[in-house]
Amino acid sequence: MKKQSIETSVGIFFLIGLICVGYLTIKLGKMEFISDNSYVVKAKFKSVSGLKPGSQVEMAGVKIGSIDSVSLDKDDRALVNIKINKGIVLTDDVIASIKTSGLIGDRYISISPGGSEIILKSGDTITETESAIDIEELISKYVFGKV
Amino acid sequence: MVLAAIRFVIMSQLSVLLNPITALGRWIIFIVQEMGRIAIFFFKSFYLMFSRPFQIKKILQQIHFIGSKSVFVICLTGAFTGMVLGLQGYHTLVKFGSSGFLGAVVALSLIRELGPVLAAIMVTGRAGSAIAAEVGIMRISEEIDALDTMDINPLRFLVSPKLAAALISMPLLTALFDVVGIIGGYISGSLLLGISGGIYFSRIETSVEMADVTGGFIKSIVFAAVIVTICCFQGYYTHTRREGFGAKGVSLSTTSAVVISCVIILITDYVLTSLLL
Repeated sequence: MKKQSIETSVGIFFLIGLICVGYLTIKLGKMEFISDNSYVVKAKFKSVSGLKPGSQVEMAGVKIGSIDSVSLDKDDRALVNIKINKGIVLTDDVIASIKTSGLIGDRYISISPGGSEIILKSGDTITETESAIDIEELISKYVFGKV
Repeated sequence: MVLAAIRFVIMSQLSVLLNPITALGRWIIFIVQEMGRIAIFFFKSFYLMFSRPFQIKKILQQIHFIGSKSVFVICLTGAFTGMVLGLQGYHTLVKFGSSGFLGAVVALSLIRELGPVLAAIMVTGRAGSAIAAEVGIMRISEEIDALDTMDINPLRFLVSPKLAAALISMPLLTALFDVVGIIGGYISGSLLLGISGGIYFSRIETSVEMADVTGGFIKSIVFAAVIVTICCFQGYYTHTRREGFGAKGVSLSTTSAVVISCVIILITDYVLTSLLL
């Protein structure tokens, strides 16, 4: 009886602990076990300041993927690998632009739909891109009257 | 003859005043020796953890003692830590008009820092002190000597199961602390202060990364090793203390086990954070 109650309480403790570990690693840490449900497209930007792996990718305000990695290209441009959820179809003339949520908020990529018939496959590159807006530059242009 | 002995005692007492540099050197040598002894103690018990036959039953009992019995106190401290973080974070962030970031503030500070450290300190207070007292009393009532006489390795018999149990339980307790703390932050930030719950949780999901979670778990495993090693070490060498013997020695060992564990936890926390970032 005594031994069984110890085993039960250890079992309950393990169960609760493992549920918490699972929540932290899978839900919050975005750990992917099996082949994930997405494909990767590339995009080149002049500047991606503030964009991090894990940032959101949206189309019409709906999350359709996330940033996989950000690196520097051979010709000194930023190369971004974007993970798009399977089932979302992008054509080769979509426009990827870097936006900011709020004044000091997170950077994210917004994709505007295109009208072409050629569909992007995994590994293809989005050619039309818009780099991050530099708010300080805009303000200084306004203040010093270059607009 | 007697006079010479008395003179020697007085001179050795005075040497601190007469020769402070020698006294400092003696103290530093003592500290370094002690650190080396603790390290050897840890590696021996860690090695004996894997010696066959495995002591599954003893490990299970220790998980019950260190892990299961700490769940309530971990939930309580976790909930209130999360709630106070929600309260403080809200009143700071609302000044910048960015109270939507509350989820990120609560979750990141809990997962990276407060979860591992506070869970470790609570386990030190609840289980570490008991371990030190238990081992200390076994030492002064000569039970450890009896084990030696019967050719049972006391480190394998006493320390290794506790070490294994702590290494298993601490990450689970830390995860529990984190999750309960996040719910506590939700209670104070969302239910009491009126931030939308959806924003709170979605902000947590976007801001927390795998590196934060694994960093917290690495910390909690290191803290588990620190707690058990230091508390067992203090109890195990109760009889070598110079300040007191018997019951007084046990009380001193228990006190220093808790104090040294807490201090070492906070120091290793700084070192680990600077390594992990």
